[in-house]
This record gives sequence, C-alpha cells and structure tokens, in this order.
Amino acid sequence: MLLYILRRILYAVPIGIGVTFIVFSLVHIAPGDPISALLPNEATQEMVEAARKEFGLDRPFLVQYAIWLGNAAMGNLGTSIGSGRPVATEVASAVGNTFILAVSAGLVACVLGFLLGIVAGLWRDRPVDHVVNLITIAGVSVPHYWLAILLVIVFAVDLNWLPPLGMGPDRSGGWQFDWAHISHLILPTIATAAIPMAVIARTLRASVVDVLDQDFVTTLRAKGLPRQRLLWHVIRNALPTALAVMGLQLGNMLGGSVLVETVFAWPGTGFLLASAIFQRDLPLLQGTMLVLAMFFVFLNLVVDLVQSATDPRIRRA
Amino acid sequence: MHGTFDSSDIDAVIVPVRHFSYRRVVLGRFMRQPIAMTAALILLAIVLAAIFANVVAPADPFQTRVARRLAVIGTEGRWLGGDELGRDVLSRLIYGGRISLSMAVLPVAIGLFVGGFLGILAGYAGGRTNMAIMRAMDVFYAFPSILLAVAIAGALGPGMMNGIIALSMVFIPPIARMAESVTTQVRSYEFVIAARLSGASTGRILREHVLSNVAGPILVFASSQVSVSIIAASGLSFLGLGVSPPYPDWGLMLSALRQSIYVNPWVAALPGAMIFICSVCFNLVSDGVRRAMEVRR
Repeated sequence: MLLYILRRILYAVPIGIGVTFIVFSLVHIAPGDPISALLPNEATQEMVEAARKEFGLDRPFLVQYAIWLGNAAMGNLGTSIGSGRPVATEVASAVGNTFILAVSAGLVACVLGFLLGIVAGLWRDRPVDHVVNLITIAGVSVPHYWLAILLVIVFAVDLNWLPPLGMGPDRSGGWQFDWAHISHLILPTIATAAIPMAVIARTLRASVVDVLDQDFVTTLRAKGLPRQRLLWHVIRNALPTALAVMGLQLGNMLGGSVLVETVFAWPGTGFLLASAIFQRDLPLLQGTMLVLAMFFVFLNLVVDLVQSATDPRIRRA
Repeated sequence: MHGTFDSSDIDAVIVPVRHFSYRRVVLGRFMRQPIAMTAALILLAIVLAAIFANVVAPADPFQTRVARRLAVIGTEGRWLGGDELGRDVLSRLIYGGRISLSMAVLPVAIGLFVGGFLGILAGYAGGRTNMAIMRAMDVFYAFPSILLAVAIAGALGPGMMNGIIALSMVFIPPIARMAESVTTQVRSYEFVIAARLSGASTGRILREHVLSNVAGPILVFASSQVSVSIIAASGLSFLGLGVSPPYPDWGLMLSALRQSIYVNPWVAALPGAMIFICSVCFNLVSDGVRRAMEVRR
C-alpha cells in the first residue's frame, strides 16, 4: 500500500509540472508582445523595462519559465492589471468562496446522484428507472449557465423567494451560517450540482446493473440472503467506480463554476477568471488557472488513493 | 461473420466493419429506436433551418426596431419576442444555429482527426512513442475541461476561430485516449499478427485492418462528445469569448438577454432552450448509435 501511494505521488509530479508549463504558456499564446499583456496599457517605458527584467523576458523561454515557476512557488503570482493588487491576494480571497459553493454543490450532487443511481439500478427497467433516466438525460445535457438563469427567473424574479445574486446581504463576501447567507447559496448550488449529479447517477446505475448480473449475486440470492444484506454487497462492489466518477465530477465542477459564478456574481475563482478575461488581465488569468489546475491534480491524486483503499485490485495493477 | 477469425475474440465494442451490409444493419437498428429517431429528426430540422435561414427566417436578424424593443412572445412580427435592440428573436435563433452548431461540431471533428491520429499512432507503435504521446495527453487531461477551454480562449482573445481552437484542445486528449486503448487491443488480434507475418506493410495493416476496426468505437465516442461541446461552446460565447455582436449566436444572445430578465424573462430563456434541445438530441442520437452498433449477446 505504501509503495502504491509513493508511486502515485511520483506519477503526479510530472503531470503537475506539465500543468504549470501549460499555464505559463498561456501568456505566450496571447497575441502581441507578452510584456504588453502583463502590464496595463498606460505603462511607462521605465515600467516596461523593469518588468522585462523582473520576468526575464529578454532571456530564453525556458529560463523565463523557471523564473516564473520559482516566483509562483514562493507565492508571487504577479500583479493584477485590473486592481493593481497582487494576484495571490486576489486568488486567496476568492478560493474560499468557491470552496463553500463546491462543498455545498458536491454534497448535493454526490448524495442525490448516489441515491438515484442505486434506486435506478436496483429497479432496472421499472417505471422508477425510466423516471431517473429522464432526469439524468436532462441533467447531463443542460447548459448549467442557462439552468442558473432559469432558476433566477423562477425563484428570484417571479416568486421573489430567493436573492438573484451575490453571496450575502451585506456584499462583504464573508460567510455565516444564517438564513440570509444560506438563501444566497441555494440557487448556485442547484445550478452547479445538476450536471455532476446526473453523471454520478448514470455511472452508478450502470455499475449496479453490472454487479447484479455477476454470478456471486445469484449465489447470494440462491442461499437466501436478505435483501438489505444483498444491497450492501452491491454497494460495496459499485463503490470504487462511484468514487472515481465523483472525484472527477468534483473537479469538473470547478470548471463549470466559471459560468455559474458569473451568472450569480458569486465572488469566487470562476467569477475572478471571468472578470480577468473581460478585462484581459492575463496575470490574474494565469494565477487563477494555476491554483485551480494544481488543486485538480491534487484532487485526482486523492481520488486514486481513496479508490485504491476501497478496491485492493487496483493496488496490484 | 466475415473473415477467418473466431467471432468470440471480438469485444462488445469492436465490430468488424468489412461485412458489406453492416452499415445497413446498424442503420436499420437505429431507425427502430423511436426516441433516437425523433431526436435525429429534430436535429435535422434545426440544422436545415440554420442552413436555409435566409429562406426560413421571417425577418432580417440584424434589423433593429426601437418600437419592438423587448417585445413579448406573441407580438405580431416578433412571434418569439424582440431583443434589447428590437431585433426578431425567432429569426436570430434560426440564424444563430449556423455559428452555434459550427462552434460545437467543428472542435469535435478536429479532435476526432487529431486525437484519433495520435491515439492510433500511440496504440500501434507502442513503447516510447506511446509513452511520449499519452503522457502529453495526460497533462491536458489534468485540467477540468471547460476551465481549459476558457483559459485558452481567454488568452487568445475573443473570436470564433479562437473558440474553436480552444475547444479542440479539450477534445483531442479524451479521443486520443479512447483511440489508443482500442488500437492497443486490436493490434494484438490474430488477424493483425497474421497480416504482419504475411508481409503486409505497416501502412496497409493500419489502413485495412486497424482503421476499419477502431473507427466505429472512436466515432461513437466522439459523437457522445458533441453534446458536451455545444454546452462548452455556447458557454464560451456566453462569456464573450465567441463571435462578437451583432452576429446571432445562442450563447451570446443568452448573455445579452440576461440583462432584461426583469422586463421580459421568458424571451431571455429561449436561446438557452435551443442549446438544451440540441444537447439532449445529440445525447439521444449518440446513445442510439451506440446501441445500434452493439453486438447482440
């Protein structure tokens, strides 16, 4: 087991390095001189020269990458063009807000997806399976930003039950466990959770059906195992697949949050990314991407390890 | 079954396409699925309407009319309402299919060619070539897909071409992975080994034996990505990273009409409904094709 963990971590290192390389290249695929992409338009000649030196833009590409990576490792992600504040500060204040939304949506997606998938798989080809199928097909196909707008139209504009945007009543961005804050969280949570919920349910249904078709289930049934105990065997065998897809979907939720956070003006990393694009603030784009992508790599690593803990066959491969 | 190999060697997803009536069998099985057929017909109607938009659309999608600004659904001459500049929403939805559907289908097509090529190359060559290609794919795979598209398009700047490039980068790695795993499987089959032993050139083996057997599964997988692509493509336009106004595009329309949800909420929901309908239909059609190609157990 320990050997497996070490091997997985070693495997994640080159992937992580590759990810930083792609994020670094973003500024260089932007049209025009990278220096003009990194500085505000009204920058003076001295500022340009100073930045050229700081980022080492007169040096070879790989040296620039090394300098940038070194700075990033020390927590220096450059300066935002839009606000003039350090990118690291901007990202740090947004990460927590995205985390709140991700945890809330992740819980909803995993619990609902898990239940729907198990129910549909156990009652295969019965009416309940068809209903779940309908829900999940709509779920995997829905543009989540459109779902977000629909939710606002129905629950904020028409019914006036829930706030249409923001994170709290005072616009300060702080989080508290009271109704004023939770009411702001409900609609973004539904919009973010829809797609992952449907994908989890579909995958779980397929693996429950697979498990039920296996010989050992027939044996268990033949020897008269009570239904509840049989259910436990099915869940136990479907769990590794479920965990894998849940992990992947949680990561994809980070991607989807760009659009949902934009609709709800939720002050998280996705909103930050959207405003970075809107203002062509490339240092901010780069920094936010770096943090999100590294988190995704880390999440994949954790998923692999948890999966191997629940399924010993993976460790031997 | 065609050929000399044992049919039990063939996996569920890999089917021999050399049988002369195979395509007709698949088509027949597809047409016997009412849901998939309905979805295919709806898509066909939307595509045809987009292609012949200049004939079908009731009004000029660019003509603004101040009096029809944010007209409600059912207004005469603006049957599905007017947008923020009084342009006909119905006509813009019909014309919008041109850009929105191209931006969804082209990236998957590019991903199919590039990813398919890389995957087959990696799978057939094996060894170091495989390592080099697949590890590079793993790095792109390490980004959440929409995030990668948004970042690349964000760096390149707005524009339809940039959006297509960014989305292609998203679809190349998963298609390459799929192609690699089927090719690795097919390569070890006896008929491929027999062809190699009988002196067939690598090009000939790839063309006649490998490609014909891996094309089906790769195509089915790629078709399942189109529904993802249309959501992502319109998402890019929604963020202002697709075509620029005044061109009609569903994502862009959704983003513009969103500003008026307090005045005219249901007109604002229409462009998103088009994206949703297309995405559902692409999903259903892809499911239907996969089911039609499955070898009956």
